[in-house]
Amino acid sequence: MEPPAATSPGPAGPASLRRPATAPGATAPTQAGAVPTTHPVIDIENLDFYYGASQALHDISLSIDHHRVTAFIGPSGCGKSTLLRCLNRMNDLIDGTRVGRGRIRVHGVDINQPDVDVIELRKRVGMVFQKSNPFPKSIYENITYGLRLQGVKDKARLDEVVERSLRGAALWEEVKDRLHESGLGLSGGQQQRLCIARAIAVEPEVILMDEPCSALDPVATAKVEELIQDLRSKYCIVIVTHNMQQAARCSDRTAFFYLGRLIEYADTRDIFTNPANPQTEAYVSGRFG
Amino acid sequence: MSASLHPFRSHSQPARRIEGVIFWAFRLATYFVLACGLAVFANIFFKGGATVFQARAPFVNFTFLTEAPESLYVFEWQGRKVEMGDREFREFRERNPEAAKVKTESYVYSAGGIFPCIVGTVLLVIGSMAIALLLGVCAAIYLNEYARDGRFIRFVRLAILNLAGVPSIVFGLFGFGMFVIFFGWNVSLLAGWFTLAFMVLPVVITASEESLKAVPRGFREGSLALGATKWQTIRKNVLPYAMPGILTSSILGIARVAGETAPIMFTAAYVVRDKLPWDVERSLDFFFQGVMALPYHIYVVSSKIPQNEYTEKVQYGTAFVFLAIVALIATSSILLRSHLRNRYKW
Ligand SMILES: Nc1ncnc2c1ncn2[C@@H]1O[C@H](COP(=O)(O)OP(=O)(O)OP(=O)(O)O)[C@@H](O)[C@H]1O
Ligand SMILES: [Mg+2]
Repeated sequence: MEPPAATSPGPAGPASLRRPATAPGATAPTQAGAVPTTHPVIDIENLDFYYGASQALHDISLSIDHHRVTAFIGPSGCGKSTLLRCLNRMNDLIDGTRVGRGRIRVHGVDINQPDVDVIELRKRVGMVFQKSNPFPKSIYENITYGLRLQGVKDKARLDEVVERSLRGAALWEEVKDRLHESGLGLSGGQQQRLCIARAIAVEPEVILMDEPCSALDPVATAKVEELIQDLRSKYCIVIVTHNMQQAARCSDRTAFFYLGRLIEYADTRDIFTNPANPQTEAYVSGRFG
Repeated sequence: MSASLHPFRSHSQPARRIEGVIFWAFRLATYFVLACGLAVFANIFFKGGATVFQARAPFVNFTFLTEAPESLYVFEWQGRKVEMGDREFREFRERNPEAAKVKTESYVYSAGGIFPCIVGTVLLVIGSMAIALLLGVCAAIYLNEYARDGRFIRFVRLAILNLAGVPSIVFGLFGFGMFVIFFGWNVSLLAGWFTLAFMVLPVVITASEESLKAVPRGFREGSLALGATKWQTIRKNVLPYAMPGILTSSILGIARVAGETAPIMFTAAYVVRDKLPWDVERSLDFFFQGVMALPYHIYVVSSKIPQNEYTEKVQYGTAFVFLAIVALIATSSILLRSHLRNRYKW
C-alpha cells in the first residue's frame, strides 16, 4: 500500500477550521511530528442533540483517537447515525435540529461555534454514506469533484490525486482503463469504494462511515473491510455498523449506544469478550429483547 | 363448441360482460379523442398545405414565407382573371395606364406573406422563455433548496398555484397596465416578453421544483460532505441533473407562449408593421418596438376583415406555419433534453 504521507496527520492544525477572519486569534496546540501513535482527534463532551422537540442523543461523552478505527454499534434508532452526522455537522441540513448542551471538539476547536467554517470542517472530516452515492459523472470527475471545488485545475495534479485515491481505495486496478466512464456503471461494492476514494481525495483527517457495507455482498464487504484496515495508518475512522462480526473484525474501539445514550465505550476486544455492562453483553451476544 | 367440464371453462357471467362493455367504452373514448385531434390537424394540414406548398418547383411558396402581408387585387384583364399583390399591381398600372379604369376588388392581407409574423413569434417565444426560465429556475431553487418551510413559503406556493389559474386575457390587461402604461414601454417586445413570461412562470416554477426534487438527496449530501457550499452543490451536482426535466416543462411553456393571443394583443402585437424588427436606428429601440405575431395575425385575418376565399387561404396557411414553428422549437428543446439526459443518467 501507499507509504504514509510525509505531512503531519493534522495538516494545518485546528486554526484552519475557523473562519480566516478569526483565525489569527486561535493558536494551534500542534502535535509533535508525524508519529503513528495515537491522540484524540474528536472529543465529545456531554452532548445532547434534538430533532425539533424530541431528544435523540442524551449526554454523550467520548473521545475518538487518530489512527484507530472506532465502531458505533447499537440497535436501530439508538442514534448512531445522528451522532456520526453531528461530527461533520451534516445535521445542519435538517430543519429544526440543534445541539443542546455539550460540545464536540475537533483538535480542541468547538465545531458548533459560530466562527467555525463548516466547509472547512467537512473537508477535514469526510463522510461515506450507507447508500453509495457516486455522482452521475465519470469516475475521474467523481474523484476530482472535491479538489475542483477548491479550485485545483492543474491536470497533472488531478491525475495524480485520482490515481493515489483509487489506489488508496483498492480500486485502481479495476477501473484504471475506464476512468472516463460513468461511476454508476460500477458494481455496488466498487461504487462504495469509489465513494471512499472520493472522500480520501480531499485528504481528510477523519473519515465517517455510516453502514458502508450494508448494501454489499460478503465479498465486497471483505474488500471494504480490508480497505478500512489499510486506511487506518493514515486516517481516523469512525464506522457505524449493524454487523457485530464486522465491528469485532475491523475496529479498535467500540461504542455501544442504546436509546440515545452511550452505554459502554471500550476496546473492541473488551466489548466483545468481557463487556462491563449487562445490556452490552446482551446486545453483542445477540440476546437483545 | 365442445362442452368439456374442466374447472376453468368459460361461462358468461355478469362481471365478464360488464368487463367487455367497459373495455369498449374506454377504447371508443380514446378513439374519439384521436379522431378529433386528427380532424383538426388534417384540416389545417390540407388547407394550409395548399397555401404553403405549390405544385410548381420549388414546391414551397417562398413568397408566403418570406414576405410581408399585402393587399390582394383581383381584376379582369384581357379576358383573364388576374390576382396581384399591392406592389405588383402598382407597377402593373404604371406600365399599363389603362388598367386604372378596370374594376378591381381588393382584399387586405390576402397577398404577400407572413414573414414578419414568423419573426415576431420567434422573438416573443425566445425572449419570454428566457425570462421565464431565468426567474422560474431561480424561484424554484430558492423554494426547494434554500427556503425553510413556513407560513410565508406556503403563501408563496399558494400564490403560484393561483397564478396558474388566471386567464390569459387578465395577464394581457396586467401587462398593458404595468409595462405598457406604467413603465412606459409602450406596445413593445419587452412588454410582451414580460407579460408572456409571467403567464408561463407558474408552469415553469412548479415543473422546475419537481425536477429539483427528483434529484436524489444523496447527490446533495455527498457534495456537501466533500466541503462544497450549497451553491456549488446546486450548480455542479443538482441543476445539471434537473435540467432535462426543467426543459420538458419549458416545452409546454413554449407552445403556450407561442399560441396565446390575449396577452400580446395589448402589449406587443401590431396588426401590421412594415419594418422588420432588426430594422431599427438605435439598438436599444429593438426592445421597444411592437411586432407582428402569428396567433394575432390569425385572429386579425379571421375576425377583423371581411371573410372570403382569399382570407381563408391566409388563415390556414398561417395556422399551418404556426404549428410547424411550434413543432420545430419543441423538437429542438427535446433534442437538447435528450442530449443532457444521456450525459447525466442515474
Ligand atoms: N430527520 C429526523 N427527524 C426527526 N427524527 C429523526 C430524524 N432522523 C432520525 N431521527 C430519530 O432520531 C433517533 C436516532 O436515529 P438514528 O438515525 O441516529 O438511528 P440509528 O442508530 O442510525 O439507527 P439505524 O441503525 O436504523 O440507522 C431515532 O429515534 C429517529 O427516529
Ligand atoms: Mg443509521
